[in-house]
Amino acid sequence: MAKTIAEKILARHAFEGDVSSGRIVTIAPDVLLLNDVSGPIAFDRFKAMEARRVASPERVVLVADHFAPASDIASASANRMLREFASTYGIAHHYEPGRGGIEHALLAELGMVDHGAVVFGADSHTCTAGALNALGMGFGSADLAAALATGSLWLRTPETIRIDLTGSPAGFVTGKDVALSVTRELKEDGGLGAVLEFGGPGLAHLGMDERFAIANMAVEAGADACAFEGDEVSAAYLATRRRDTGPPMLPDDGAHYRSRLSIDLSALSPLIARPPSPASVVPVESVAGERVDQVYIGNCANGSLTDLRQAASILKGRRVAPGVRLIVVPATQQIMRTAMAEGLLEILAAAGAVIGPSTCGACFGGHFGILAAGETAVATTNRNFRGRMGHPDSHVFLASAWTAAAAAVAGKIVSPATLSRDADA
Amino acid sequence: MIPIDADHIGRVYRVGDHVDTDAILPGRYLALRDPEELGRHCFEALDPQFCTRVKAGDILVAGRNFGCGSSREHAPIALLAAGIRAVIAASAARIFYRNAINLGLPVLISPNASAQMKAGEPATIRLGAGLIRQGDASWRADPLDGEVAAILAAGGLVERTRRRLANHDTRGTAHG
Repeated sequence: MAKTIAEKILARHAFEGDVSSGRIVTIAPDVLLLNDVSGPIAFDRFKAMEARRVASPERVVLVADHFAPASDIASASANRMLREFASTYGIAHHYEPGRGGIEHALLAELGMVDHGAVVFGADSHTCTAGALNALGMGFGSADLAAALATGSLWLRTPETIRIDLTGSPAGFVTGKDVALSVTRELKEDGGLGAVLEFGGPGLAHLGMDERFAIANMAVEAGADACAFEGDEVSAAYLATRRRDTGPPMLPDDGAHYRSRLSIDLSALSPLIARPPSPASVVPVESVAGERVDQVYIGNCANGSLTDLRQAASILKGRRVAPGVRLIVVPATQQIMRTAMAEGLLEILAAAGAVIGPSTCGACFGGHFGILAAGETAVATTNRNFRGRMGHPDSHVFLASAWTAAAAAVAGKIVSPATLSRDADA
Repeated sequence: MIPIDADHIGRVYRVGDHVDTDAILPGRYLALRDPEELGRHCFEALDPQFCTRVKAGDILVAGRNFGCGSSREHAPIALLAAGIRAVIAASAARIFYRNAINLGLPVLISPNASAQMKAGEPATIRLGAGLIRQGDASWRADPLDGEVAAILAAGGLVERTRRRLANHDTRGTAHG
């Protein structure tokens, strides 16, 4: 029977033969991912399950990223629990600040996700792995505890929604704008029970960093996961990070899709999601002039080298507007070092940006950049729910690094193209 | 956990569509693990009086896509600690749904019950049959997947997995 990418990947990892949608199957993933927020609760549950060993310690990745470096005694204890679990159960892949980064960016960078792989992560943005022609699925701590103990988890197999990308993006349109065009189309729950499958001729115009940005927001449309078609771009990315790379997985002709969506990249303009929903998406121009207090460039998919280059291209020779705070968080230590070597951090710092450690901190309202009542931020993150980055009466707009950097310079929301034209005039 | 084959009666507390897990339990409390402490912050921005209003046994009735967003298990932990014993929703986000079931907090999917149930009044749930009643009205929720029913029957995923490990039964779905 003709299969979607998700059905092919699940079939390779299932104990049962039939993985057509709606079935209950048991999947043995290639990677289990936990962080300092989900990990400690999972370890409590693992102990309560009276599990004596981790089924496959070599498949487990523990990353201290949410409250790391620790923000208080409770988070310091949580970070220590990761350290102790790694040591007790022989888990080599344990990453702390200075050696790691934000889990989803780090996992890709480590080369642990091959074409056709399955990642189960105790974090909703595990869907980011889908950019690598893989399936990343988010779970809670109890499920990951069971997966640590048994090496597998049950699933109700999802349907697939096909998203065909056509055309090539115009200036100042990047992966984040494509991600926002997806939530604009599917809304907050259009992806429930489905994997978003991305392919089509437009894919060739999107680099890996942009694909990660798109994959990262699949869950904001309610999707179980997403799966990009594998191609030369993903193969080249993996070739520098892995010894062997599996063949790209492509859907069969005649595969069954719940629905299809086509996105013409050439028709997109820079987009922005208004608070309090990642699906409340409008062109940047339509909210131009909105005053901002803080600009945040970072997170598990938009603290990439591509984002930092985009931000630096806007901020070079410019200054952050008076009264605006610009916080830049490279997603991993490696990205931080490359950005340093390329001189990007100097450009950003000279413009008045504070460069933060690779942490999820401000994105989820944890630490390192919390908003006060009445404040407005433009962020390259993935969620702008009420109170997401701090006080319940603060507001977050989601946009690309180009749009975010332009807002930092202007002190208000402005199209990056407009800012660029003003400078040229 | 509420009984499977007997009635559970609780008062209804209502919330709307797309209620995210940040609203259920804000991110700044994620380093906490103590259920009572988490329960005190449940829904604190949406309804600062939530903790004092909700009584043990209450039923949360939500709209579409309940529990969207973050995978934080802290959200169902906080709901349980605040006293919520069952959720009825028009639809629920996958990760929240699993997390709740895993902790023994049943989530019943019924768009009609979600639309019609009245806040502040008692309702009755017969979990095993998927039956919901309030006053003269009754609704039937979507049937539970076999695995979901098995987890609830064990009292949660921890106990179900503990038994499976004790029986060396960890390959494939354990039926029955």
